[in-house]
Amino acid sequence: MRTIFYLIKKEFLQIFRNKFISKAIFAVPLVQMLILVPAVTFELKSVKLTVIDKDITSESRGLINKLNGSTFFKVSSSTFSEDEAINLLHRNKCTMILEIPEGFGKDIGNGTPGRLLATIDAVNASSAELTWAYFSGVIRDYNTDLIKKNLSTISPIPLQKIVITNRYWYNELLNYKYYMLPGILVILVTAIGFLLAGLNMVREKEVGTIEQINVTPVRKYHFIIAKMVPFLLIGLIDLALGLIIGKIAFNIPFEGSILLLFLSSTIFLIAVLGVALFISTFSGTQQQYMFVAFFCMIIFILMSGIFTPYESMPVWAQDFNLINPVAYLMRINRMVMLKGSTMHDISRELYSLATIAIVFTTLAVRRYRKTA
Amino acid sequence: MIKAIEASGISKSFGATKALDNISFSVNESEIFGFIGPDGAGKTTLFRIITSLLIPDSGTMKVLGMDPITEYKELRKNIGYMPGRFSLYQDLSVEENLNFYATVFGTTVEENYELISDIYSHIEPFKKRLTGKLSGGMKQKLALSCALIHKPKLLVLDEPTTGVDAVSRSEFWDMLGKLKKHNITIIVSTPYMDEAIRCNRVALIQDGNILSVDTPQNVRTGFSRKLFTVKSAEKYKLIKTLRKNPEVLTAYPFGDSMHVTLIDGSTPDSLSKGLVREGINDAVVHEAEAGIEDRFLELMEKPQ
Repeated sequence: MRTIFYLIKKEFLQIFRNKFISKAIFAVPLVQMLILVPAVTFELKSVKLTVIDKDITSESRGLINKLNGSTFFKVSSSTFSEDEAINLLHRNKCTMILEIPEGFGKDIGNGTPGRLLATIDAVNASSAELTWAYFSGVIRDYNTDLIKKNLSTISPIPLQKIVITNRYWYNELLNYKYYMLPGILVILVTAIGFLLAGLNMVREKEVGTIEQINVTPVRKYHFIIAKMVPFLLIGLIDLALGLIIGKIAFNIPFEGSILLLFLSSTIFLIAVLGVALFISTFSGTQQQYMFVAFFCMIIFILMSGIFTPYESMPVWAQDFNLINPVAYLMRINRMVMLKGSTMHDISRELYSLATIAIVFTTLAVRRYRKTA
Repeated sequence: MIKAIEASGISKSFGATKALDNISFSVNESEIFGFIGPDGAGKTTLFRIITSLLIPDSGTMKVLGMDPITEYKELRKNIGYMPGRFSLYQDLSVEENLNFYATVFGTTVEENYELISDIYSHIEPFKKRLTGKLSGGMKQKLALSCALIHKPKLLVLDEPTTGVDAVSRSEFWDMLGKLKKHNITIIVSTPYMDEAIRCNRVALIQDGNILSVDTPQNVRTGFSRKLFTVKSAEKYKLIKTLRKNPEVLTAYPFGDSMHVTLIDGSTPDSLSKGLVREGINDAVVHEAEAGIEDRFLELMEKPQ
């Protein structure tokens, strides 16, 4: 026990003596939270719209005004030439072209469905889909207005329709910051666990200090535990820092138990540190480690469901996520922070994380050879 | 007599390279045993096998009566190892490194201070300094202190004097000499043949083979021929001429002179005359006593 304690003390001495790392540990959460949380958002505002109004009637102008009046669209230019409009789209001067053909107003007037052509830049597929969704919404409103107007002129009976009032539970204002912040916290903790401990281990190999340790009676699991504990603590401290920044800067709601969040993150960090130290036993140099670890980390993070919903992934990807610790914490963090989920609600995730933690830590201890 | 190390038929290959080829030797208790040989001879591989860091392909070994493969746990408590590459933590201070290694071996600096006091006292004034900022000689003393802090029965020093200045080298060997009274067996490797004289026994090792094991004196007297030194102002020409001369068996440059052996029936006189014929008039030929290096070169020349 005294050996483990002393080994851990040595790690801390080295970490805090390293001027860069000791500062980076505190700077990283600050920068990540303050930059990533506001930057990563799916909200679209002021989509630039080019209008080709060949109709020039009160109906067409009404539609354009309706679009321009919404916060989503901004008519950036209008033209009569399709070529010019396409040219604008091509040069990224606008992201959508709306063409109103001649006779649009007349058609509406005599009951024939009015026709419109919307061309959307789909280089970024998800923003194209959003643009389309916003656009459809505006057109739906416009249609309703039309029907209302027509009906009221014909008959005095009020329009019968179903009124849907929807509420977005857990994030009523669909604030993307609330959605992203728990995810960014996961990335923060992942980076600490994945990169620092593994690099530290490989560095001992590269510099040769491990050679001297290997001839001592230090046990393999002593050594692995001593490599895990400091970075586990640093990860948790960074998590706390991230939460504080989230509260102060973004007033993030916190519905669940903070203790539960820290418990989950602790199990998660052990799992990630296990994977990292396992990879480090294969690597001889920091460069090798960095390459493999970075690759794994990117896959873990992108597949975790931080940007794209877990449920929309193909089945094989969902299966892969069974061994992806980041995917579990991603769900846990969002559930605990936004939904106020309890231990019982996230027990499946916690058990899975614990299993990954035990398996990889055991593998790391077994793979770490004191003898070649 | 009890043996500190007994090795027989040790072989180890890395791919196609045979690092150690069927090596057998034994080291007595509390002697300083030197492995002398050029870089790549297999010294480090052998030391890593002795310290249980490497498993040999074949052969058996007993270190302090223990098998390094099966009884490594007990063995590691009793070995002090100083790897060839400096492997203490450069970002820890002198004192922190020493404390660290003491704790790792389950002891304290105070407990065994007497053993290292001779060595550590040299660097104690700098105990707060980061290890990475020490000079080569001080690093070496700290490494030795750390290897000794748990009072090992066997001290394994892999090229401890490589890259250290001549004065520090000499001091270092004085320290090793003093350790003998604590009944510590020391095995040490070095590429410097002049250090062999400081050992009780030396093994000459080359290409994974042990050429000879003996006391330094016996190694020297094992030299089978008469040795002559030849000096001349025109050194380069002298080397070329000597190597062409049919009377000359071997000719190696040693500092400012050449060490030469002659074929049977030849004399120093005839050698001098031969040199004059080649245009070297100032050559001085003396008979000399062979050193360990001469013997080593002789052994290397002989086909195994």
